[in-house]
Amino acid sequence: MIHAEGLRKRYAATEALKGIDLDVPAGTVCGLLGPNGAGKTTAVRILATLLRPDAGHAEVAGLDVVRDAAALRFRIGLAGQHAAVDELLTGRRNLELFGRLYHLSRAEARRRAVALLERFELAEAGQRPVKEYSGGMRRRLDLAASLIVSPPVLFMDEPTTGLDPRSRMQLWDLLLDLVKEGTTLLLTTQYLDEADRLADQIVVLREGVVAAAGSPAELKRQVGGDRVQVVFREPGDVDAGLRLLRGAGSPEIESAEGRQVTVPAADGAQSLVRIAGALDAAGIPVEDLALRRPTLDEVFLHLTA
Amino acid sequence: MYETLRWTLNDSLTIAGRTYSRLKAQPAEIAGFLVFPVIMTVLFGYVFGSAITLPSGGDYRDYLMPGIFMQVMAMTATSAATTVAEDMARGITDRFRAQPIARSAVLVGRSVAALSLHLLSLSAMVLTGLLLAGWRAHGSLGATAGAFGLLALFGFAMIWMGTYIGLWVKSGGQADAATFGWLMPMTFLANTFVPTEGLPAWLKPITDWNPMSAVVAATRGLFGNPTSVSSAWPLQHPVAASLIWSVAILAVFLPLSVHRYRTMSR
Repeated sequence: MIHAEGLRKRYAATEALKGIDLDVPAGTVCGLLGPNGAGKTTAVRILATLLRPDAGHAEVAGLDVVRDAAALRFRIGLAGQHAAVDELLTGRRNLELFGRLYHLSRAEARRRAVALLERFELAEAGQRPVKEYSGGMRRRLDLAASLIVSPPVLFMDEPTTGLDPRSRMQLWDLLLDLVKEGTTLLLTTQYLDEADRLADQIVVLREGVVAAAGSPAELKRQVGGDRVQVVFREPGDVDAGLRLLRGAGSPEIESAEGRQVTVPAADGAQSLVRIAGALDAAGIPVEDLALRRPTLDEVFLHLTA
Repeated sequence: MYETLRWTLNDSLTIAGRTYSRLKAQPAEIAGFLVFPVIMTVLFGYVFGSAITLPSGGDYRDYLMPGIFMQVMAMTATSAATTVAEDMARGITDRFRAQPIARSAVLVGRSVAALSLHLLSLSAMVLTGLLLAGWRAHGSLGATAGAFGLLALFGFAMIWMGTYIGLWVKSGGQADAATFGWLMPMTFLANTFVPTEGLPAWLKPITDWNPMSAVVAATRGLFGNPTSVSSAWPLQHPVAASLIWSVAILAVFLPLSVHRYRTMSR
């Protein structure tokens, strides 16, 4: 549904994109991840027809982003970093305005506005000016505004930046519903839990190139498997503890700092059970014992360090 | 071709409609819009005016009103720049640009709506002049209509200049600073408020060739109001000079703005 090859874009002094490839199948979510200045927003702006690439080409919904830009604009929705709605107008007037600009008739625009407000739990707020809305309400209205023509492809640039946890989760659910209905979603984010939660495929950008790509699980595997972390209560127990861990099926010690020891958990949770049993039998007291799965944060730090 | 034109017109009207909807939400804005010219009339017509006598004779308040009319139209640049810049800062411009809107419609719709609003403000000004300052147009109906036509054209040109500036700055505040800061003094460096006959020789060419002077002189002539005398070409032929200036400003800033809007990237 989204296909890009060798996209390059240079601003006066910096090369924002140095040739990136993307492939997002229909009905899936692709998360563009990367530190500030990695080129995420530039990539989205090219795909959403706002910028022309210097080199490379891209197709969205079968249309070329440069040559067929005019036709493509009927088939995409874009929600940028700001809630791009008019503060002074009511929620409904905003949606009607954007609907009219999609060449809906007055009556259609009104009907669509009412339906979208209903769907995004803004039916009551629809009569009030947007400046009275909370951050979460603005984002929902912004999302609604990008869905007026039910576009098959949706671009979102940092959709939940600045939202409180409840509003974030609410927005995530709305996005997952859209994807379930068949929308293809490309989103940029700085939040790894967001990418983990939403994305089928993650593309990590660093300094304008693709540093890694794959499903969240694949990326996590790149930085290693599960680990067991033990924090001994007594510093004097560490040596005995290390001997015990080696005996309990964890021959290599990944790290040992102070009272905290980390070992690979070859059998996942079973390793944890074995270690717990061995420590208990030996009467070595622990302050904390946990199975740790790799997080996208680790992947991210590993890839963008 | 016909389709494109139809949608350009349609989209422009939708964008213009937005301007009016916004106004409904800003009663204070409207009040300011209407009150500012009244303040200028009282301030200049009565406070400063009582100390000013025209070298060429005639009533100062008759001399003043066309100047204030021009000032109202000149300051359209500031509000145009501010609106454009605010839309960009809020990402609304991006949304428009990602929509299938005729490329020039956003700017055209907004400029036409802005002009109609400023003509409303001008009507308030005219009413103030008639009721408060005793101002009258003594010329023929045609000449009077011509004078308002010149003012409208000049205002429209200034809107496009403001639009272009607004497309380059990063916030409404910057847009304000980048226009009001020099435009306001410019309206004073002209024959707007005071007779220019007594100005020092080094300043005279600036006020003579200020496009605003031409507009004011032209409307004074058409209204049959007293004016300042000058031998400079623009003030000898003020109607032609106003037309040339306004069309030149439009011819530069309209295409530049549309081009900038189409190609801009952040």
